[in-house]
Amino acid sequence: MKLLTHNMLTSHVKGVVKGYPLLIKATEVKVNEVEFNPQFVSRMIPKLEWTALVQAAQGLGHLNDLPNELVPDYEKNEEFLRKVHRVLLEVEVLEGCLQCPESGREFPISKGVPNMLLNEDET
Amino acid sequence: MEKSVNGNVKLVKRTKEEKKLLRKQLKASHTLLKHEGINTTSCPTKSLVVANGGLGNGVSREKLQDVLRECGCVESLLMPPNKPYAFVTYGSAEDAQQCYTSLNGSQLHCQGQTVTLYLSFVEKVGSESEVCAELPPGLKVLEEFVSAEEEAGLLDAIDWAPMSDAVTAQKALKHRRVKHYGYEFRYDNNNVDKDKPLPGGLPKICDALLERCLKENHIDIRPDQLTINQYEPGQGIPPHVDTHSAFEDTILSLSLGAKTVMDFRHPEGRSVAVVLPRRSLLVMQGESRYLWTHGITPRKFDVVPAGDSVSPQALTSDPSDLTLSKRDTRTSFTFRKVRQTACDCAYSSACDSQRPLEEPLAPALPQDDGDASRLETRFVHQVYEEIASHFSSTRHSPWPRVRDFLCSLPPGALLADVGCGNGKYLGLNSDLWAMGCDRSQSLVQICAERGFQAFVSDALNVPLRSGVCDACISIAVIHHFSTQERRLAAVNELVRLLKPGGRALIYVWALEQEYNKQRSKYLKEKDLGQEERTGTSVERETENVPDCSQGHAGKSDRSAQQNQPKLVVHTNRTAFNSQDLLVPWHLKGGATKAPETPTDNPAI
Repeated sequence: MKLLTHNMLTSHVKGVVKGYPLLIKATEVKVNEVEFNPQFVSRMIPKLEWTALVQAAQGLGHLNDLPNELVPDYEKNEEFLRKVHRVLLEVEVLEGCLQCPESGREFPISKGVPNMLLNEDET
Repeated sequence: MEKSVNGNVKLVKRTKEEKKLLRKQLKASHTLLKHEGINTTSCPTKSLVVANGGLGNGVSREKLQDVLRECGCVESLLMPPNKPYAFVTYGSAEDAQQCYTSLNGSQLHCQGQTVTLYLSFVEKVGSESEVCAELPPGLKVLEEFVSAEEEAGLLDAIDWAPMSDAVTAQKALKHRRVKHYGYEFRYDNNNVDKDKPLPGGLPKICDALLERCLKENHIDIRPDQLTINQYEPGQGIPPHVDTHSAFEDTILSLSLGAKTVMDFRHPEGRSVAVVLPRRSLLVMQGESRYLWTHGITPRKFDVVPAGDSVSPQALTSDPSDLTLSKRDTRTSFTFRKVRQTACDCAYSSACDSQRPLEEPLAPALPQDDGDASRLETRFVHQVYEEIASHFSSTRHSPWPRVRDFLCSLPPGALLADVGCGNGKYLGLNSDLWAMGCDRSQSLVQICAERGFQAFVSDALNVPLRSGVCDACISIAVIHHFSTQERRLAAVNELVRLLKPGGRALIYVWALEQEYNKQRSKYLKEKDLGQEERTGTSVERETENVPDCSQGHAGKSDRSAQQNQPKLVVHTNRTAFNSQDLLVPWHLKGGATKAPETPTDNPAI
C-alpha cells in the first residue's frame, strides 16, 4: 500500500462517523524507487488530504521534510514535488495494519494488501 | 529486414524517434525485469536479450539466427518456448555491441507480421537447467507405424462429403471436422449410445492396422469405435480425458497427413508436450488415459526442437534448440473400445463411474439480506478464492470498450476498479492513479504481485472517501449480488465514490441475449458446434468463450418463497431463463464451483 492509496482509504465500520484518516501501524515498510513525473504528482496534490498525508509520512518515519501546510505554486516547485513524489509513491507499507480512528477496529495489511473487509455485524 | 530509423529524416524528427526508441527499449527492459526477472545492464556484455524476438511473437529460430549472424559470431541463441524474447550470446562483446547498434529498434517480418526488436545487454542469460520431460506413464508413441502407402489409402478412404452414408455420423465442430464409425460419439454428454451401434462397424481398411496392434500387444481387445478428426492449421481440441465409463482402457490414435504437438496435463499441473509425428501411433493406457488430460492447442505453429534430434517425443523446453513448425492438415484415426460395464480404474478422482452422488446443488432463494450475503459467500466468494490462480491465468485480454473508456480519462484521473479481479484493468492507462478492490484475497494478492494498488473489500462497502474518484468501473461484478436491493446498493456505492462530473462504467451479464432478432455471440457459438468435454476437464480457449455453467440466484420476490423455489442452474451458451446468476464452474481435477466468464454484453 502506497501512501497515495492510504490517503484515499477510510473506515466504514457501522456507526463510525469519522473513519478517517486510518492510523498506520506498520511492521514492515519498503521504499521503492519510482520514476519521477512532476506533472502526475501535481495532478494528485489537489486530491489529497494534506494533513493526513503528513501524519502518515511522519508516523512511518518518512516525512521527508514535507511541510505541514501545502506550499503555494507547487506545480513549479520541483524540489517540493520530488519530496511529495517520494512520500506518495515510493514509500510502501508491506506488513502491519490500519486502525479506524473512531472504533479502533484494525484492518490487517499483509504482503502490501490491506484487508478492509467488514464482518457481517459491522455493516 | 529494414531499419526503422531513416537516415534522411530531419534532425528534429530523428531525435524524436530516437527518444521513442529509447523509451520503448526502457519499457521493454522494465517489463522483462518485472515479469521475468531478467536484469538488463547498460554496459556492453557478450549477451543480449532480444525483446519481441521470441517464439511467442511468431519469430522462428532460423529467421532470428539469420539477422543475428550478420552482426558477428553467435555463440548461442536461447529461445524459451512461448516467450516474447530470446537471448543471444556472441563470441565477443564487440560483436554484441555491433548487434545492438544495428538491430535495436529494427523490424523483422515473419509469419506475415512485423515485430520491432528491442535489445538490451544482460550479464547472464537465463539458462536454468532444463527439465527433461518424460512421457506420462502409460503413453507410447510408435513412429512410422503405417507406411506412406497405408497412410494414403486410409486418407483416401474417408469421404468427407456431407451425409455420404448412413453408417457414419459426421459433424463439423467449431475446431475440426469429425466422423464416427461403430458408435456415434455424442458431444453433449461425452458418451456413446451403447445400444445404438451404427451399422457397418469399422471400415475394412482399418483391419490390417488393428490386427497389427493386437499382434504387437498394444491392445488386447479389438476396438469397435472409430473417430476420425481432421484439423486444419489453427484448429485444435480442448484438453479432455476420454470419458471413463464410455471406453475401455487403451486408446489408439493414428496421426496422418502431418505432425502435431499434443499437450498432456496432470491434474496437479505438470504438463508435457508430446510430438506426434506423421504416421505415428499414439497409445494411451493407464494413467495417461485415465488421469491426464490431452488436447491440441489451436494454433498455426508449434514450438518444436530445431534440430533433427532423435525422435524427441516428449518436448523438452531446451531453449537452445527450439523453433516454430508450421502446421498442416492432420487427420487422426482414434480407435476405442466401448465399455459395457462401469469403470473401476484406480483414478477415482477423474472417473465418472466412481463419482459420489453429488450433493443437491439447489439452495433456496434468499429471504433476507443475511441469506443473500451467505448465498454469495458460498457461491461466489469461496468459489473465486478456490479458482483464483486459474481464473487469473485465463483472464488477460481487456475488453475493448472498457479499454476505450479507461483511455478516454484525462491524465491524473483517480480510478477505482470495484471487483478488480486479477487487476487486468489497473495498469491499462499509466496516466491514471488506479486502485482496485475485490472480495477475493487471492485475486487481490495477484494484483499486488503485479505492482498494482489493491485492497480487499466488498463492493457494498468500498473503503474509499466519498467523491474522490474521477471514474469508477465495475466490470462483470454486480450480477453476483443475489437481490435487487443489493445490486442497487452496489451501484449507489459507485456513485458515492464519484466526484461531481465523474464517470462510471458498469458491465453485467445481460439477461437478453438477442437484439433486433440477432442472437448474441454467446448463443451463436453454441450453434456452431459443441465441444468434447468430460467430467474432469473443460475447454478453455479465449477469454470471451465461457465454458462453465452459471447458476441463477433468486430475485428478492418474497411471494415466490411459498413453494421453496430453488436456484436454477444455467446451461452454458443457452438463453438465460432467469435474470440473476451465481456461478458454479468445473475446474480441472476437482469438482469445484466457480464463476463465469462474461461476454461483452453491456447492460448499462
